[in-house]
Parts: sequence; C-alpha cells; structure tokens
Amino acid sequence: MTKYRINKTRFVDQTKTVSFTFDGKKYHGFEGDTLASALLSNGIHLIGRSFKYHRPRGIMSCGSEEPNAICQINDNTDLTEPNVRATEIELYEGLKASSQNCWPSLNFDIGGINNLISPFIPAGFYYKTFMWPKSFWKKIYEPLIRLSAGLGKSPTQPDPDIYDHKHEHCDVLVIGGGISGIISAKIAAKNNLKTILIEDKNILGGSTIYQNNKNFIIDNQKSNEWLMNEISELEKLDNLIIKTRTSLAAFHSYNYLLAKENISDHLPLDKKNGSIRQRLWKIRADKVIVAAGAIERPLIFNNNDRPGIILANSVKKYLDFYGVSTGLNNIIFTNNDSAYETAVSLFEKGISVKIVDIRKKSSSNIVKNAEDLGIKIYWNSTVVNTFGYKKIKSIEIMNLSEDGSNVTGNKHKIQCDCLSISGGWTPMVHMHTQSGGKLDFREIDQVFVPTEKSENHINVGSCNGDFELEEIVKNTNNKVKKFLNINEGGFDKISVLCSKESEKKNIWLLPNTISESKTKSFIDFQNDSTAKDIKLALREGFKSIEHVKRYTTTGMATDQGKLSNMHALGIIADTAGVKMGTLGTTTFRPPFTPLTFGAIVGRSVGKFFDIVRKTSIHEWHVQNNAKFENVGQWKRPWYYPINNENLHEAVQRESKAARDSAGILDASTLGKIDIQGSDASEFLNRVYTNAWSKLGIGKCRYGLMLNEDGMVYDDGVTTRLGENHYLMTTTTGGAANVLSKLEDYLQTEWPELDVYLTSVTDHYSTASICGPNSKKILKKLFPNKDFSDEAFPHMSYQNAIIDKIECRIMRISFTGELSYEINVESKYGKSLWENCIAAGEEYKITPYGTETMHLLRAEKGFIIVGQDTDGTMTPIDLQMDWIVSKKKYDFIGKRSLYRSDTIREDRKQLVGLLTDDPNEILEEGAQIVFELDKKPVDMIGHVTSSYFSPNLNKSIALAVVKGGKKMKGQKLFVPMENKNINVTVSDFIFLDKDNKRINA
Amino acid sequence: MFVINCPYCGERDQSEFSCGGEAHIVRPKQPTELSDDEWAEYLFMRKNIKGVQFERWNHAHGCRKWFNMVRDTSNDKIHAVYKMGEKPPVI
Repeated sequence: MTKYRINKTRFVDQTKTVSFTFDGKKYHGFEGDTLASALLSNGIHLIGRSFKYHRPRGIMSCGSEEPNAICQINDNTDLTEPNVRATEIELYEGLKASSQNCWPSLNFDIGGINNLISPFIPAGFYYKTFMWPKSFWKKIYEPLIRLSAGLGKSPTQPDPDIYDHKHEHCDVLVIGGGISGIISAKIAAKNNLKTILIEDKNILGGSTIYQNNKNFIIDNQKSNEWLMNEISELEKLDNLIIKTRTSLAAFHSYNYLLAKENISDHLPLDKKNGSIRQRLWKIRADKVIVAAGAIERPLIFNNNDRPGIILANSVKKYLDFYGVSTGLNNIIFTNNDSAYETAVSLFEKGISVKIVDIRKKSSSNIVKNAEDLGIKIYWNSTVVNTFGYKKIKSIEIMNLSEDGSNVTGNKHKIQCDCLSISGGWTPMVHMHTQSGGKLDFREIDQVFVPTEKSENHINVGSCNGDFELEEIVKNTNNKVKKFLNINEGGFDKISVLCSKESEKKNIWLLPNTISESKTKSFIDFQNDSTAKDIKLALREGFKSIEHVKRYTTTGMATDQGKLSNMHALGIIADTAGVKMGTLGTTTFRPPFTPLTFGAIVGRSVGKFFDIVRKTSIHEWHVQNNAKFENVGQWKRPWYYPINNENLHEAVQRESKAARDSAGILDASTLGKIDIQGSDASEFLNRVYTNAWSKLGIGKCRYGLMLNEDGMVYDDGVTTRLGENHYLMTTTTGGAANVLSKLEDYLQTEWPELDVYLTSVTDHYSTASICGPNSKKILKKLFPNKDFSDEAFPHMSYQNAIIDKIECRIMRISFTGELSYEINVESKYGKSLWENCIAAGEEYKITPYGTETMHLLRAEKGFIIVGQDTDGTMTPIDLQMDWIVSKKKYDFIGKRSLYRSDTIREDRKQLVGLLTDDPNEILEEGAQIVFELDKKPVDMIGHVTSSYFSPNLNKSIALAVVKGGKKMKGQKLFVPMENKNINVTVSDFIFLDKDNKRINA
Repeated sequence: MFVINCPYCGERDQSEFSCGGEAHIVRPKQPTELSDDEWAEYLFMRKNIKGVQFERWNHAHGCRKWFNMVRDTSNDKIHAVYKMGEKPPVI
C-alpha cells in the first residue's frame, strides 16, 4: 500500500493491481479506483493548468462537477480524447492519461506568466483589446488567440469505436441510484410497474453507501449497512432494470429522455476490442422520478484554487469509498455541518484534522461528536489566504466581524497538506428545469428548489432540497407513493435517526483584509473567472445574469458551471443589493455532462450517414466510369470521363456529341407524381400558372408552379395520360416537397376536389435520348412505330413495346434538341438503357451527365429552379410572361404577381451575359456591378449559370440583374479578386431561338 | 419531443410529424378582389402566441394527413387534436 492508501474498503479490490501512466510515468492503483483516486493514492494532486492564468490545479471533487482535473486520455491519433474528468474515468489496465494546457510540462509551464500579468487581463480583456487597430486582427490577434484557445487535443483520425442507440419504454424511470432513488425504484417495482433505475457511477448507493457514522441510523443499523441490504433486495426484483454507468443527458418534454451508458470505457485495453463503447438510450417513460442528488459548494476566498483544496464530502469519499487519504494534515473549512462528517471520518482513521467554521456555533449531534473527539474548531473564522504553489502548504485565518462582512483581529497561520472546503449543497435541479420545470428560491439555506407542478415527474431526495437523512427517507416514501397512486407498503414504518443542522450561515464572497482587486477568489475554476471579474462586469453595466455569465465566461467551461453558478448569482445579488431569488438562474441546457459525438450519431456513420438513392441504371454508370454528384439523396452521373479527361474536357465532348449526333441521359431521378380523379384538370389549373383544361389526351405541357407569394417553386412537364389521369414530373430535389405542398392544398383548401396523388418517382426509369440522330435510334428500337412529326409531334406521348416491356415515350426536350424520353418500370431500366446504347452505337450515342445537361439547357436559355431562381424570382422576373395565364381567375400565387413589390421594374431579372473575351468563363455566384469606381460598390446582380459552350465556341452565362429586362446591350462588370471582367447583357437564349432543332 | 395523437393513426412520436404553422387561416376565395394589404394579411401575418395556439400538423412520415392541434406554446401541453374541417374546440 502506498503512503496515502490508508484504508481497506469493500469498493476497491486491493488484491487486483491495475497499472496506468500519467504524463508518461507509470503508477499503480486498484480495481474499483477512478483515475483521480489512483492519482491521489500516489500522492499526486497537480493534474493540470488552468485555462487563462495557467495556475497549477488539482483534483477538487469526485464526480461530474470536477472543474480542474481534466485530462487527455490515450495518446494515439484516433482514440485520444480531451477534457476527460479524472474523477469519472474508471481505472483500467493500460490507461494512458496526460495533463492538458501546459507547455513545456505540467511542472514548468511557460503560460504561468499569465498569472503574473493577470492584473492586465481582466474580464472582457479580449473584447476590449482586440478591437483595434483593425489591421492587427488577421495577422496578429487571431493566430495568437487560436494558439491559446482550447484545452486538449482532438483526435485527427476517424473514431474506430462502435456506438449504439436503443429505444426503451417504461412505466417509471428513476434517475439516480442514491438512497432516495433506491427507495423510489423499490416502491415502483414492487407495485408491478416496469421500472428503470439509472445511475452514472459503477455501483448504486450514492453518498449513503459509504456513510459509516453512528449518528446516521436507519432501523437500528448504520445507514450504509441498511442501504447495502436494500440494494441486494432490489437486485432480486423482476420488473426492475438497473443501469449503472448510465448518465442522464437530457430530459425533454413528454418524458422523453436520453441517457448515455458506458459499456466498455472501463474495460482493460485488451478486452475493449470489438465491443460497443457507449449506448445512447432513448427512453419514453410514463412517469419520471428525479433523484439526482446535490453537489457540494466550494467557498470563495483568496487563492482558493491550489492543488490540495478539495470539497469536503469528496475528501470523505476518497477516504471511505476508495480508502485514499487526500492529505495527512487536514484542515476543514466549512459553513455547515456536513463537513463534520468528513472530520470525524478522518479522525477515526488517525489523520490529523482541524476545523475552521464561519459560524459562531452549532449544536448538532455531529458537531458535538467532533468536539467530543477533541478536534480543534476555529469558530467564527474565515480563511483569508493560502500558500503553496503546486500543493497547499498552509493557510491564514482571521475572525469574522459581528455581521460577517469583514474580518477582525490577527492573522493566524496554520500548516496543512489538504484543505477540505464546504459551502453547503446545491440541489441538482438541471433535470427538472430541462423538462420545463420552474424553481423557487429558499432563503434559509440559499438554494433553488423545484416547484412541483408536473403530473408526470417529481423530484425526491437532495435534488428536491431535502438534505437531512430523515426527511430524505420519509419525504421520498410519501411523495413517491402519492405520485404513483400507491396506498399500501413502502417505507411507512421506517425509523431514522440523524444529526440535524440548526445553525445556518452563508457568505458568498468571504471578506479579506486586502482589497478585492489584489485577490484571486476563484468562482469558475476551469475558466479562471474570479469574484472581482463579476464585480467588474456589474460596474461596467451588465445586469442580467445571462450577460454577466457571457462577459466573464463564468459557467461556460466544460463543467457548465456546476460549482460556480450559484456563487456568481450570490455575488451579483449581494453587490447589486437585490434578493437572489429575483435574479433567476442561467438556463440549464442539455446535455448534463458532455456527450461524445459518437454516442449522438450512433450507427449513422459512413455509408449509413444518410440514405443513398440509386437509379436502376446505376450499375451501368459505375461500369462506364461515371463520376457522380449528389442531388438530394440521389446519386446522379455527373460526367463520364474517357482517358483521364477532366470535368471540362468531358463536358465539352459530351455536349458536342449531343448536338451533333446523339446523347443519352439517365433522367430517372426526376420526381414523378401520378394524378388521378375527375377534378385532375381543375387541380392542375389551380397549381400551375398556365391553363390545362384544353390539353389533349396524349399531349405534354411544361408547367411552372409558384408559391402563394408569387415566387417560382418548381417546374416540370406534365403528360395527360387519360381523361382523368396525368403524370406530373418535378425537379429531382423538389419532388417530396411538391407532393407535400399539393397534398396540403388538396386536404385543407380544396377538399371538394376529387383528386388522388401518388408518388411514382421510384416506379419508373427514364432514358432520355437527344440529338439530330435520336429519331433514327428510336426507329431502330421501335421498328413498328411511326415517328413522323405528324404521327408523333413534339410535346406528345405514346405507348410502345420493347422486348414485351411496355414503355411510355414522351417527345419532350430539356436540351433544345430533338429528344425522346423512354419510361419503363424500374426493374427494366437497365435493360432498356443497354438496348438504347446498342441501338445508338452506329451514331456514337454518348452518355452524358448532369453537367452537360446543365450546359445544353443553358445554351437554350432554359432555367433550373434552384440554380437560376432562389425563391425571390417571379415568372415575370424570369421573362416567362408567356406561361402566366391571364384568363384563369385564380392559381396559387396569382394574386401576388401584382403586389406593389412584385410589379417593381427594378427587380432582379433573368438576362444572358456574354464576356467581351469569349474565352473568359465567369464564376457562378460572381457579383455584377454597374460602375467600377463608385464606393460603396452597388451590386446589381449575380451570375447564376456559366459555361463554355462548345457548340457556340464562346463563354455564355445566365444572370439576374436589377432592371435587366431593359438592359440588352448594356456593358457591365464582374469584379473578381484579381481582375475585372467586362460583360455585355444579351438575350438569354443563345442557341436556336426559332426551335428548328427541336422540330428537326 | 411530444407524443402526438394523430386523429387517424393514434399516438405517435413527434419525429413522424411536421408543423404547418397557424391553423384556421382560410385561403381567400376571390384573391383578385383583395387589396395589397388584405392579401398581405393572408399571406404573411401569423400569430406567435405565448400560450394556447391553434396549429396545423401533418403526419408526414405516417398517413400523410393534415390535421389541427391545440398546443400551449409556453409548456407544450397539447389540449386537443381534430380533423381538418372540424370545428375548433373551445379551450
């Protein structure tokens, strides 16, 4: 046993040695230790450096509230993890931990100079200093701040661990496995309710499980003995699931909760392999009982942050649970009785202990117990300073004045190697407030306690403000029985004896002889915010707690201010002279403790990150070397490079081929909606801007769909298959939204219409063949079909058969070429495509991707909704007046087309742009200006589509320009980073204005 | 995360639904006869009440039906759900 492992307990197996390293040096602990208890057993207190001043810091607590002892775990590039609390990580064989935020080493840290210059870096230092001169920002300030920002190091490789999600339902969820949680779970489970009990530690029992004190007796047993028996009974209950190492992350409305279970973090390295690391539970509970406990408060005095200054109850836990003494010469500094339990425990193990208490006296049993043991108590005293750079060596204490606002008398110096502090207890109300619960402020002991209003959850135990054992046991029993509507049984007849505190006193910021500006009384230990920072914020005019928090960064570190928030509030209240209850609290947001990204995403990583939609022809594209682009969830061929062609070269070749001979495009991804019903024509009249009633059966028509605000929403060709039957196509990305919008109008505005909508996007595959030779290819594919313009004109459709497979052939064109789209049931898509390729071989049919499609349609001046429009373009802005029916009384968006804003003549309008240098290709998104010299520069529009056209042998672009309709021939400029490009406004149809090609 | 009682399917998780904003705003039958202001009132003006609000919801990943829901936005308590076309309950 090491010098500091002074006690044998049932929670740490001292027969099983575990070795680990800290900052490269090898140490030993035992199975059951945390990293923190193992380090303390080796006499190591100095764990890290603080964020701003780089002050030496040590372990301060034993749980998730730990602000100082945060480490980097593992040293490899994929599994390394920063900001892990040493108090929470269970020791395993091979654990590698290192300190953070220090250079070159923990013991000698250059950044420590910040501590010396601290008078010059007060709260808001960054906001005040890095304002000017402006030119310093990019080259000097930003790199400097980046250098000093952050605590640990992120992994640089993908996380190889497996994470899991699981849904669970239960009648009762109990959060917290301390004494009140155990009582609650037992009452619920014994009454046939399916119950889940979650506890973030590896064993149940909370702080009572190591409460081995004769002043705390339940049914004539010491409280820890009694609880031990309860736990073994609990484990026998059938309808109770106990989940240890599981911490609640979030408590959402309607009792929907997220909890993270650590499955293999505590296992030795060689046993972790292949196991799931963490599991996120998504629990929907009928009733929730929160028994989250309380966190001990620190005290705020000068230099209260040295290694060796530890919360009193944590000192007790290290001693009674882990068998580790945090020091051999202890002083306890307290404002309440609970720290006396620590004193008695220390004394009983033969460790020297003295007590400094800010109160004048206390008449409780536990204090009498300490006095009877002969423990020296300094009443009505406060610590005014501490000494020892890397570990506390001594303290100075003084007497308090009558009202506690000042110190009197002489300084008295006392040697020590550990200072245990206790400022009382803060109920963990996080869960309650996350679920929407409100808080009341209780003056007598200065705590926020839950206001019970919900029918679906209650708070019990110390998170509800019940701090004494007797009230915890009895109130929990009564509340839970009432909450679950249980009359019989429970713990009605239990007898509880405990020490009761009657003298209470709290001073948020303890007085000192030296002026505040010369003290360092830390409130937020991790972010290095001190009491004087809070006061400075108040002097500078910040009043709201939310503003003070952000200005001083109090409570904004990885511990989320679990130890600091109450003191910040208290000091604000005292300084501003208001009641603390009126200030409210900052918002407690989930997660309660940090969650790994792995736990959040679960199995949705890599190829499972999002759904991938592939057409039935996808395999062919892959085999033919297609590069793909994502369009929504679809994978669409982007271009098909041959012999190391780049994008530009491939697109030039593909588009030339499509215009000169024949090209083929997989158009299966276009949205397809089957519309049927006796009012189908009327429905289309209402949703499209043009008229549909007179469209003959077998004909196709292009339609433009607006939002009710008059802005273009979607477009596509719709074919009339029968009297009451249409097939609508939509853009690839817009399909789901269009269907949803149409359903909305049908169900809510026009329920009288007899119309049925079915999404058939995935049902059909489409091969689109275009080019002057397309008709010949179609004739080869369908020898019996008459493809003459008379028999099969542009904008019409016919049924046909190929290899016994039924097809719909639409003669429609998005490229401006003679073009046919052949639709078959999806399962035949690939065979159809291969037939087309074979038939087209003699015409060198060229498969082309989306990029070529975009180029071809831009040559023809066809818009792409979402590329040339952005939700602020009307059809009039797009110079598509021809498609807006003047005769129809109403359609979606019609009224908006003559609002005062939409009829403005200086709206951005679609135009073509030609660069003066025909080889210069504009960048899509580039801004367009009218005058180069004017400052500030007026940006009158931007480029929406831009390509080099191989068919016209020049650069072409579409753009939206303010008042562009009237600007034809106008010279404009496109300023780029290193040059200005001269452009001229042109017609936006660049090729074949009189449609000779389509009708070829 | 609410549990929503779809009038067609029963209780389902909120993730199956999408909210369509304020309910009982009727599309004008004769938009052409409205002034710009009147049309703007229909088009843009929505209430954002802290308290009881009538909303449209869609069981988007379920039966795809639209329905109405009365929700207290201050505490997310759902007071009622009812089908399109039905009279709103008095809350």
